[in-house]
Parts: sequence; structure tokens; C-alpha cells
Amino acid sequence: MASPIQSFMAQGAQMFLVLLVAPAVAGITRKVKARLTRRQGPPVVQCYRDLLKLIRKDSVLAGNASWFFRTAPYLIFAFTWVAAALVPTFASGLMFNWAADVVALIALIGAARALLALAAMDVGTSFGGIGSSREMMIASLAEPASMLVMLTVALAAGTTRLPEVAQFLISQPLEIRVSFALAFVALVMVAIAENARIPVDNPATHLELTMVHEAMVLEYSGRHLAMIEAASYLKLVLYFSLVICLFVPFGMAPLHGEPIAWAIGLAAYLTKLTLAAMALGVWEVSIAKMRVFRVSEFLGSAFIFSFLAILLAFLSREVLR
Amino acid sequence: MTLALDVAPVMVAYDVAHFLAGMMLVASFMLLYQDRIFAVLNTFAAQAMLLALAVAWQGYVHHHPDLFITAAMAFGLKGIVIPLALNRMVVRLGIHRDVDQAVNVASSMFLGLGLTSLALLLVLKVTPGASSFTREGLALALAVILLGFLMMITRRNAVTQIVGFMSIENGLILAATGARGMPLVVEVSVAFSVLIALFVFAVFVFRIRERFDSVEIEYLDRVRGDRRVQGDGR
Repeated sequence: MASPIQSFMAQGAQMFLVLLVAPAVAGITRKVKARLTRRQGPPVVQCYRDLLKLIRKDSVLAGNASWFFRTAPYLIFAFTWVAAALVPTFASGLMFNWAADVVALIALIGAARALLALAAMDVGTSFGGIGSSREMMIASLAEPASMLVMLTVALAAGTTRLPEVAQFLISQPLEIRVSFALAFVALVMVAIAENARIPVDNPATHLELTMVHEAMVLEYSGRHLAMIEAASYLKLVLYFSLVICLFVPFGMAPLHGEPIAWAIGLAAYLTKLTLAAMALGVWEVSIAKMRVFRVSEFLGSAFIFSFLAILLAFLSREVLR
Repeated sequence: MTLALDVAPVMVAYDVAHFLAGMMLVASFMLLYQDRIFAVLNTFAAQAMLLALAVAWQGYVHHHPDLFITAAMAFGLKGIVIPLALNRMVVRLGIHRDVDQAVNVASSMFLGLGLTSLALLLVLKVTPGASSFTREGLALALAVILLGFLMMITRRNAVTQIVGFMSIENGLILAATGARGMPLVVEVSVAFSVLIALFVFAVFVFRIRERFDSVEIEYLDRVRGDRRVQGDGR
């Protein structure tokens, strides 16, 4: 085990790293989308500017907003930040490794989502209600799939703790595993749905009929909106890190890392994150948004993929035993 | 051919076989998921090509050159000729391009998952002594066959029923190659009987179309004449 000071430093560095890169990741995706549609697009740092401006602005509250409406944004941000800080990114020797469990992670994400859905209904506008009901429909379909995906990988690694899973995967020779390929596809589909990206939801729309996430946060403004926006950037980074950690953890620093291993891990992580953000942009311009009622089919197939993944993993385990 | 096996360890041989057979199973699920006829035909062609690769890999690993002929037949006939023929048929008939399903996609997918689990558990229970290649080939092949049956049951359109039938045959070939390959004579005769079945189906579909102006098989109930009107006192 790494020394306590080292693991504390790694954990602290990771906490601030995810917070720092999160708006840039969203910015890169937006920039790629704009360039591919032959627009100039806002600069990559625009998301930072938006956040700073929102924090400085006054928050406008509805007359009947309760204390819950005011506290929810901070709680949502806190839950998402903790979850994002738990997923190992550049090093696996973190202080809170014992807590970086996939079940805990899903619980944290679920708690943030529940808070957002409740807060959206607090003021009593109809958009908030539509948004939360749709969000809950999407979540109830996405959660079983994400659970099965993580259990597929955990079954292979023999543990549900993410840093140990990543270390296990790095130590294995490169193999062709159809179950991992299926689990990867399923997790990407879940990530798209959870982050309100096209084709499930469009982050850039305010059209009544189609918006899900935007409908929920419609009543928020000022620093509350800044918290919610930051949480959604963090959630995107969280899912990218999760995909990277579970399927391409190569380059991540080992449990007792030297500073040089950390540097390599950091460079590898940032490269992978940039590539993932660009891939998301390309994906979003090349596909059309689907109707809300087709989302169940989309996420249903994510569930099918993850279930097949776990079945195939089980099959080859039984056969090769 | 011999040199490759020495270089490739058993694990890689197994991994690739597992990958190809697993992708065939995924293709079966995609057949159930698709709701456009042309997409169904393309998926079917992809499944047949995966079958050809899987069979060729078995022949390569186990030094059975005759399996290459099987693979070539799967590739040529089922990967190219049959999908093209069905494609032409759909265009010529001007069939309604959406697939009409008796059971909705979600339920048929869940039924499919149940059947797959059943197939895997069953094969693992009844073949404890066999080699790992055979067990896993048989398990996935049985799943593909059951999914083909499911597709024939849940689709109302004659063309998609043909595709279901052909995908059952894909599963049979996979099972046969997994179980040490079947004799070439049997293989050739099976392939040709499938081709003849396609012709019979085609003629049949054209006749149905001529008579009823549709290829929905529901219309055949009227011809059969044994379906009573609801509530006729019986």
C-alpha cells in the first residue's frame, strides 16, 4: 500500500483535477460539434466563463420556492463531485479506494438524480414535472443496465472496487473478450442517456416537447444554476472516467506510484479524455434525436447487451473451468 | 496451417471462437430488434458472414480443411446470394417496408434473453465431459436456434419468417461445426435443401401476394377455414 501522505495527495489532486477539466471537456465537445457543422463555435474556455458569470449573478427564486429548492443544487453538486472524485483517473493508489465501489457509485449518482427530480417539482411548474417524470423513466431503464455492466467487469476481476478492477485489467494480457465488448457498448449507451446527450436528449434545446434535463433546471438561475451546470459537466467527466477505468485503464499509475508514474498516468488520462470528448462530438452530429418513447427501446437494447455480456462471461467461465 | 496452431495458444483459439459465436448471438438479437425489412436482411447477411468466419476459424484451429468449404458455402450462399434474392423479392413485391410484429420489440427481446439463459444453462448441465469448444459452440448455437424460432413466431410477415428460418439453419451449422464438424456430404445437402427451401418460400410468397395483395400471414387463416368467429356459441 502506498504511504498515507502519498495517497492523500493523489486523492486531493484527483478531486481538483476532475473539477478543473470538467468544463473543458464539455467545451471540447461543443467546439467539435460546431466545427463539424461549419460554425466557428464558442471557444473551449467558454464553459468556465459561463460558470463564473453565473456564480456572480443574483439568483431569482419563485415566490413559492421552499428551502429544498435552494439547497438541492449544492447537494447535487456535492454528490456528483464525490462520485467523480472516487473513480480512479490517473492513479489507483487513492486515499478513499475502499469507498470507490461500483454499488456506492451508482447510489451516489442515483441520489443526485433523485434530488434534481424533486427540486424540479418543487416550484410546481408543469415543465419541471414533465422533466422529472421523463428523467425517472430514463433512469429506471438505464440503472439496471449500468449495474449489469459493472458486475460483468467485477465478475472478471473478482472485486467491485474500481481501483482494483483497473489494476487487474492492466495486469492481464490483452485478450479478445466478447463480453467486455458488449459491456462497453452498453455502458456507452447508458452514459449517453444519463448525460442527456443526443439521441436521448439534446443539451442545446429548449423546445418544450423534447427537453428532459433542461426542463428540470428551467427554474434555476444565478449561482444555483452554476452549481447544476457544474454538476452536469462533472457527471460527463465521471462517465468518461468510468469507461476509461473499466475498459482502457492502460497508463494508470499503480497502487504505490512514483511521481513519474503519476505524470504518465495524467498524460494518458487527459489524452483519453480529450479523445472521448471529441468522439462524443462526432457522434452527436452524426445522429438525430429520437422520440422520447423510443428511448425505452434504446435503453432496452443497452440492457440486452449488458445481460448478454454477463451471460457470455458466465459461459466462458463455466466452460473453461 | 499447422504452424499457426503452434504459434497461437489454445486461449487465443478459444477467445476468437467465443467472440465469433457470441457476435452471432448478438446478430440474432439484432434481427429481433430491427423494424425495417432491409435492416433485417442486412443483419441476416452479417450473421451469415460471422458464421462463415466462425466455421473457417474452427477449420483452421482443428485442421479440418473441409470446414473451409462449409465456410465458403455459408459466405457465398447465405451471406450474399440469399440476402440479395430476398432483397429483390421485397423490391419486386413492393412490400410494406416496416416489419409487423405480433409481440412488441421489448417483450420479444426479454423472451429472447430468457431463451438464451435457458439454452446456456441446459447445455452446460448436459455436457459436463465435452471439450470447451464443443460446449460453448453448442450452447451459443442452441441459443441462436431458439431465437430463430422466436423470430418465426413473433413476426407476421412472410419474408421475415424466411429470415428466421434461415437463422435457425445458421445455428444448426454452428452447432455442427462445434461438435467436430459434420461430414461434407451432409453439409452440402443441407445447404442445397436450404436453397431449395428459399425457392419454395419465394414461389409461395409470390402466390400469397397474388392472391391476397399482402404477405401478412394472417390472411392465410381465412384459407385454412378452421378459425371460428368469436362467440358463435361453441
